[in-house]
Amino acid sequence: MKTSLAGLALALALTTTGSATLAADGPIRIGTVLSVTGPLAYLGDPAAKTLDLWVDRLNAAGGVLGRKLELVSYDDVGEASKANGLVKRLIDNDHVDVVIGSHSTGATMAMVPVVENAHMPLISPAGGAIIIDPVKKWVFKTPPTDRMAAERVYGHMKAKGITKVALLCETSGFGQSARKEAQAVAAGFGVSIVADEAFAPKDTDMVAQLTKIRDAAPQAVFVLGTNPAAAIVTKNYRQVGLTQPLYQAHSVTSQEYVDLAGAAAEGVVAPALPVVVFDDLPSSDPQYPRLADYVGAYRAKFGQDPAAYGASALDALLLYVDAVGRAGTTDRTAVRDALEKTSGFVTTASMVSLSATDHLGLKADTFRMIEVRGGKWHLAP
Amino acid sequence: MFQFLQLFFTGLTIGSSYALAALGFSIIYNASGVINFAQGEFIMLGGMIAAFLSLAGVPLPVAVIAAVVLVGLVGLLVEKLAIEPAGKTDATGIVIVTIGVSMILRGLVEVTLDKKNHALPAFSGTTPISVLGATILPQSLWVMATTAVVVIALAVFFGRTRWGKGMLATAHNRIAAQLVGIDTKRVLLASFGLSAALGATGGILLAPIATTSYDVGIMLGLKGVVAATLGGLGSGVGAVAGGVLLGLVEAFTAGYVSSAYKDAVPFVLVLVILVVRPRGLFGLGPATRV
Repeated sequence: MKTSLAGLALALALTTTGSATLAADGPIRIGTVLSVTGPLAYLGDPAAKTLDLWVDRLNAAGGVLGRKLELVSYDDVGEASKANGLVKRLIDNDHVDVVIGSHSTGATMAMVPVVENAHMPLISPAGGAIIIDPVKKWVFKTPPTDRMAAERVYGHMKAKGITKVALLCETSGFGQSARKEAQAVAAGFGVSIVADEAFAPKDTDMVAQLTKIRDAAPQAVFVLGTNPAAAIVTKNYRQVGLTQPLYQAHSVTSQEYVDLAGAAAEGVVAPALPVVVFDDLPSSDPQYPRLADYVGAYRAKFGQDPAAYGASALDALLLYVDAVGRAGTTDRTAVRDALEKTSGFVTTASMVSLSATDHLGLKADTFRMIEVRGGKWHLAP
Repeated sequence: MFQFLQLFFTGLTIGSSYALAALGFSIIYNASGVINFAQGEFIMLGGMIAAFLSLAGVPLPVAVIAAVVLVGLVGLLVEKLAIEPAGKTDATGIVIVTIGVSMILRGLVEVTLDKKNHALPAFSGTTPISVLGATILPQSLWVMATTAVVVIALAVFFGRTRWGKGMLATAHNRIAAQLVGIDTKRVLLASFGLSAALGATGGILLAPIATTSYDVGIMLGLKGVVAATLGGLGSGVGAVAGGVLLGLVEAFTAGYVSSAYKDAVPFVLVLVILVVRPRGLFGLGPATRV
C-alpha cells in the first residue's frame, strides 16, 4: 500500500514539510549536526569521519531494508546556538529520518525542544546526564554520563584507600557540569573534597592553583577539563612537585593528551571508553568483535586511531540501524518505539538495553580505568 | 613566603607571554596608529609552523628560523594584499580589514594544517629550576630573556635609527612624513613584516609551555591588546609592564583569592587604570610621541 503511494508522497513532499514517510524506496536520510570545525573540532572531526566510513560500508553491503543510507551533514562550529537552527533545517528542508548530534551537551540541549516538537528521533553522542535525565520521549544518548565517570574514578580511589581529594575543574561547559556531578557523588564513596580550584580552557599556566592544592594536602587530585589545558595542568603538576596520584577525566583519553603532556603524563589515571585501549583488550572482551571491526576499518581508511568521540557517533548510527531493522520501516514513531525496545545490543561501549525510563542503557562500569605507561594509554591494573 | 615566590614566578611566566604578544602590537601601532587584530594569528602561525616542521623531522633550530622567516613573509603578503588595497580608508577601516585577515589566516590553518593541539619540545629541557623551594621552567626563562632583548631592540630601533624614526613620523602625520621624503608605503610594509616575525617568535617560544593550535591566536591576541593598552599603546616598556602586571595580578588572584575570579580581577584593574590614565601606564599624548 505504502509503495503504491510513493509517487503521491513525493508530490506531496514538494508542498508539505515534515511528512513522516517519504518515498519509501529513496535513501534513508540521516541528518547530522556535528562540530566539524571550531573549538570542538576534536570531537566532531573523528565523528564525521566515522559516520562517512560506516555509511559507505553499510551501503556497500546493500544498505538497510534494501535502501541506501544518505548522510545530510551540518557543522555547528562548536556553537550551541547554531545547532538549534541546523536541526530545524534538517527536519523542515532536508526531511531526514533521524538526527545524530551534537557532541556538546549544550548543543544537544538546544536541539531537544525542536526534535520533541517535530517528533524526530535524536541520538546524541554528548556526555551530559541532563540529556536523558529526565527522559525525553524522542531523545537518546550513547556515551556514559559525566556522573558515571566520577563514580568510576571515586570507586578506583576508594579501592586505594583515598578519602581526601582535590578537584581542579575547567570553567567550560563540560568542566562545570562534570564538577557538579563529581561533588554530588563524592560522599557516597566516602570521599571528601578538600580543595576546589578552577582554570579557564585557554589558560597557559596552572601553577598558582596547584600550589594552593598542594597546601591543602589531598591524597589525590581529580582534574576535570579538556586539552590543551588539562595537559598543561599535568606538566605544572610535576613542576610544583606534587606526587599524589593524578586522575584526569574521560575527556582527555586520547593520544593527543599524552603527546602534549609528554613525560609528565606517566602514571596519570582516567576513565575511558573501551575503544581507547582496544589494543589491550583480550579477544574474549564483549566489546572486542565490534571494536576490532571499527578500529580496523578506521585505521585502514584514515591511517590513525579512532577517538572515543568517533565511537560514540558510531554507536548512535548502530542503534538507529538496529531499530530500523526491527521496526521494518523508517516511520519515525515506529523507529522511536523500536529504539526504546533495544535489548542486549552490543555497541562499541557496552551491551545496551533501553526502556521507556532509560534512554542510555549504560552503567558506570562501561568506563574502563586506564593509565599512561610508556607514552601510551593502557588498561590500569 | 614560599607560596608568594611561587606565585610571583608563575605571574612572571604568564606575564612575559602576554608582554611578548603585546610587543607585536606596538610596531604596527607606531607605524600606522591602528591596532592590528591579526597579530594574534601571527603568533599562532609561528607556533603551528614550527610544530609541523618539527613533527616532520626538521631539527628544532632550523624549524624555528624557518617559521620566523615564513611568518615574516606572511606579514608582508598581508600588507600587500589586504592593507595596501584598502588605501585611503581611515584607521577604523584598517582595523576591520585586520579582523578579516585574522579570520582568513585562522581558517586557512584549520583547513590546511589541522585542528589538533601541538606541543613543541622545550628548548633546554623540562627540569624545573628551584629557587628557595619555588620552581620555574627553563622555557620561561627563554620567554623572559627574549622579551627583554626585544624591548631593548625596539627602543633602539624607534629611538636611534632612521627607519624607526621614519615609522613614528608616518604614524604621526602621513602627509608630513611623505613631504620630508619618507616612503610611507614601504614603512607600513616593513612594519607588518617585522611585527609578524616578532609575533612568530613569541608563538614559538610559548608553544612548549602553553601548546599551540589553530585558535590560540584569539586568546593571546586578546591578552596582548589588554596588556598593550594597559601599558600604553606604542610603548615597548609599557607593553612589558602591562603584560607582567596582568600576569602577576592573575597569578596572585588565583593563589590568594580564588581561581574562579582570576580572569575577572584583571579586567577590573584595566578599567580602573584606563579611567585614571586613559593612555595607559607609559602611554604618551599624540603631541609628544614623536
